[in-house]
Amino acid sequence: MSVETVTMVWTVVCPYDRLEPERGVAALVGGAQVALFRTHDGELYAIDNRDPVAGANVLSRGIVGSRGDAPTVASPLHKQVYDLRTGERLDAPGVAVATYPVRCRDGAVEVGTAPR
Amino acid sequence: MRLVVAGNGMVGQRFVEALRSRDAQGRWDVTVLGEERRAAYDRVRLSAFFDGVPAEELSLHTPDDGVDLRLSEPARRIDRDRRVVVTDAGEYAYDALVLATGSFPFVPPVDGVDATGVFVYRTLDDLEAIRSFAAGRRTGAVIGGGLLGLEAANALRLLGLTTHVIEFAPRLMPVQVDDAGGAMLRRYVEELGVKVHTGTATTAVRSRTNGCVQGLTLSDGSWIAADLVVVAAGIRPRDELAREAGLPVGERGGVLVDTACRTADERIYAIGEVAAVDGVCYGLVAPGYAMAEVVADRLLGGAAVFPGADLSTKLKLLGVDVASFGDAHGRAPNCLDVTYVDPATRVYAKLVLSDDARTLLGGVLVGDASAYPALRASVGSALPGPPLALLAPAGADSTATGAGIAGLPGGAQVCSCNAVTKDAILGAITDGCADVPAIKACTRAGASCGSCVPMLRQLLDVAGVAQSKALCEHFEHSRQELFDIVRVRGIRTFSQLVAEHGRGRGCDSCKPAVASILASLGNGYVLDGEQASLQDTNDHFLANMQKDGTYSVVPRIPGGEITPDKLIVIGEVARDFNLYTKITGGQRIDLFGARVEQLPHIWRRLVDAGFESGHAYGKALRTVKSCVGSTWCRYGVQDSVGLAVALELRYRGLRAPHKIKSAVSGCARECAEARSKDFGIIATDGGWNLYVGGNGGFRPRHADLFASDLSTEDLVRTIDRFLMLYIRTADRLQRTAAWIEAMDGGLAYLRAVIVDDSLGLCTELDNAMARHVESYSDEWRATLESPDRLRRFASFVNAPDTPDPSIRFEVERGQPVPAADRRGPVALGLPTIQGVRR
Repeated sequence: MSVETVTMVWTVVCPYDRLEPERGVAALVGGAQVALFRTHDGELYAIDNRDPVAGANVLSRGIVGSRGDAPTVASPLHKQVYDLRTGERLDAPGVAVATYPVRCRDGAVEVGTAPR
Repeated sequence: MRLVVAGNGMVGQRFVEALRSRDAQGRWDVTVLGEERRAAYDRVRLSAFFDGVPAEELSLHTPDDGVDLRLSEPARRIDRDRRVVVTDAGEYAYDALVLATGSFPFVPPVDGVDATGVFVYRTLDDLEAIRSFAAGRRTGAVIGGGLLGLEAANALRLLGLTTHVIEFAPRLMPVQVDDAGGAMLRRYVEELGVKVHTGTATTAVRSRTNGCVQGLTLSDGSWIAADLVVVAAGIRPRDELAREAGLPVGERGGVLVDTACRTADERIYAIGEVAAVDGVCYGLVAPGYAMAEVVADRLLGGAAVFPGADLSTKLKLLGVDVASFGDAHGRAPNCLDVTYVDPATRVYAKLVLSDDARTLLGGVLVGDASAYPALRASVGSALPGPPLALLAPAGADSTATGAGIAGLPGGAQVCSCNAVTKDAILGAITDGCADVPAIKACTRAGASCGSCVPMLRQLLDVAGVAQSKALCEHFEHSRQELFDIVRVRGIRTFSQLVAEHGRGRGCDSCKPAVASILASLGNGYVLDGEQASLQDTNDHFLANMQKDGTYSVVPRIPGGEITPDKLIVIGEVARDFNLYTKITGGQRIDLFGARVEQLPHIWRRLVDAGFESGHAYGKALRTVKSCVGSTWCRYGVQDSVGLAVALELRYRGLRAPHKIKSAVSGCARECAEARSKDFGIIATDGGWNLYVGGNGGFRPRHADLFASDLSTEDLVRTIDRFLMLYIRTADRLQRTAAWIEAMDGGLAYLRAVIVDDSLGLCTELDNAMARHVESYSDEWRATLESPDRLRRFASFVNAPDTPDPSIRFEVERGQPVPAADRRGPVALGLPTIQGVRR
């Protein structure tokens, strides 16, 4: 857990139970489209929902899995694979999508954004 | 310099290709004179013509601007003094002349043999004439029970004639097999309904008063009624050009040549069946190819010599494997025979060994020739294993031949069609060929008859090239192995499978593959529980994702048949939801531009009107296309629409390794394009012809004829088994064409498994399909009936009905399409990382 260097704005998105294991959902957080995932071990991850290759907001609808130790999602359009922890595209290091902080409080999932 | 080639058969064509590929400077201007109206074609596969393979598919001709190919213009005369070849159209001067005129069928001088309805079996024109004469006739006879005679007998059988074969020798295929092998072969052939008469000669052909053949009188006094006769009594070299030009010929015909394939005239060469190398003529294509290579080399200054020929043959005649190699008849002094006869499996095998039983000299195989490649390559060297282990069918294809390959000398020919040695193949593997297709492309090994392909695989193993079949990093198994694991161990979830047999949490390769396996094994609705997380987005949302993240919706329209009322409903739905509408290639209607939250509303309207999912999103049966058939069409002979509807309803929802397409045509005009489908059906007067393994796409392929004149019941049972075997054994994303091509034994093996039930699997396959048909339910309707399932169809989890603001349309030709700025390929931007890690 990294130190929060700025004051986060946390937005409640949905109950934790609403998330299916190894599947994503899309959420609107402060005008941004966020892809939110619950992995097999119960962890939560949030990355930008926009597939940077196709330009469509679809990453939340990709297949969740793993590559080595990394939890991953594959774009449903052209199958590029992203590390859910860092947003990095695994087959093109250096390319990444944005990630968002995410937490669970009292059974509710919250996504953090920096205030504008 | 001017080169004239007389003859455009297989060997002539091979010669021209070999010369042209090496004559980089264009030293030779090549003129080819062909007698037939067609350019070179594959005469070895001639009988494939009766299996429905069109003549053009047999063509060996490749256009070459550097070759002046003159068809229907045979060489008539050689003027050696003036060095010209004379044809009906003119003269062609030569600096070198290559005779590749081949053979002609020998017709014995039997009384009445010139009757109408007596044919030979040599050219495509002969076959076309036989086919057209056979129409409406009942009985045929073939004079000659050798290789060509049995091919001809099969052709008559496929044309629906009751067929007799008359062979003068005491057994069938007297040149290739011995008496016991001939007896086994006879049992196979007779079981196919062919009547065999051996040890008897034809003494006369009798005709009716109209000149058409009526039957044959045999030397044993018997009479065979026949409306059509094929003479297949052997071939003779077409050496008349050489004879008339004064060139020496062999005692039994053939132009005499030395080991450089040169005749007595140093400017004239002869190759193929017309050549008598040191007095011996060869009636097989492989020695002819070797001669073609020799002459191509010589004309470019080389010193190649004809190395002698391996007369081994392996054939599939009337569905029976027959192979003979080396000293098949045991003519070497004091040689020993080891014989294996199994009347139950109907396998006959004989090995001929040297007097110390150590060296393999030759052999004969009937019924199962899987050991042939390894055995033939071992001729002249130590036996690659204990004789019985080599001959018993179970041992033949596994350890014994594998060990044999490792022990083969480097100079042994693995591919006899193209004369490729073990060393040449290992060299190609060392140079980086890592699979069979690469070896084929590099060395031509396996590129002709394909019988050595199993050996190529074994050589890859011997060379330590791992033939990985792992699905992905999470499973070391192939799809087929996973299928068996899931089925046999009764595994119901991906989590259990990956925990017990894999590692990690899966990916977009293995998860949909396992989802498909679970669906095939009857795990019901594909989106319940953990199964939902395995599905590709298309299966997950039961629609096809398009480039802008919207979906297209395809309702099932079985057979392409639709009522006006239902057509109106589709129009109304498209209008009300502002969907782009297009007719698909599969005779259905595709509605584009639906946002994820709109899908259930669209389905509700469609389902209420009686539609169901068309599975356009699934690795599943898509459509069964049809022509209008006998109901309306004046040419149709069967109800193609009715059958297409029935098949589509039977197989709807069937999950498979890849998509499956089908079509039914109501007559041979084939308006439904059935031969471009995974399984295609074409109506005949007597029922249905079934074709399998076709596809369009990146590598188009015509489907192969699998069975003819089936009743509807037999047709459906055959398709049931075909599909279920495909589902069980194909690799991930392997279409049926690639599946069949990769199968050892190909179509014949497939027939053995699903028609003859050689593996005892058919009951299981039938039951599996019965379960599928019983348990089918519409996925759209099942989704609409469950609030839990419907929750998934939200644009945003915290704003379920808010449309994705980035989806925008504009109008093109009166319909909505993605806005222009969303259409081009999007360049990869530089990374922008805004958030912080938690």
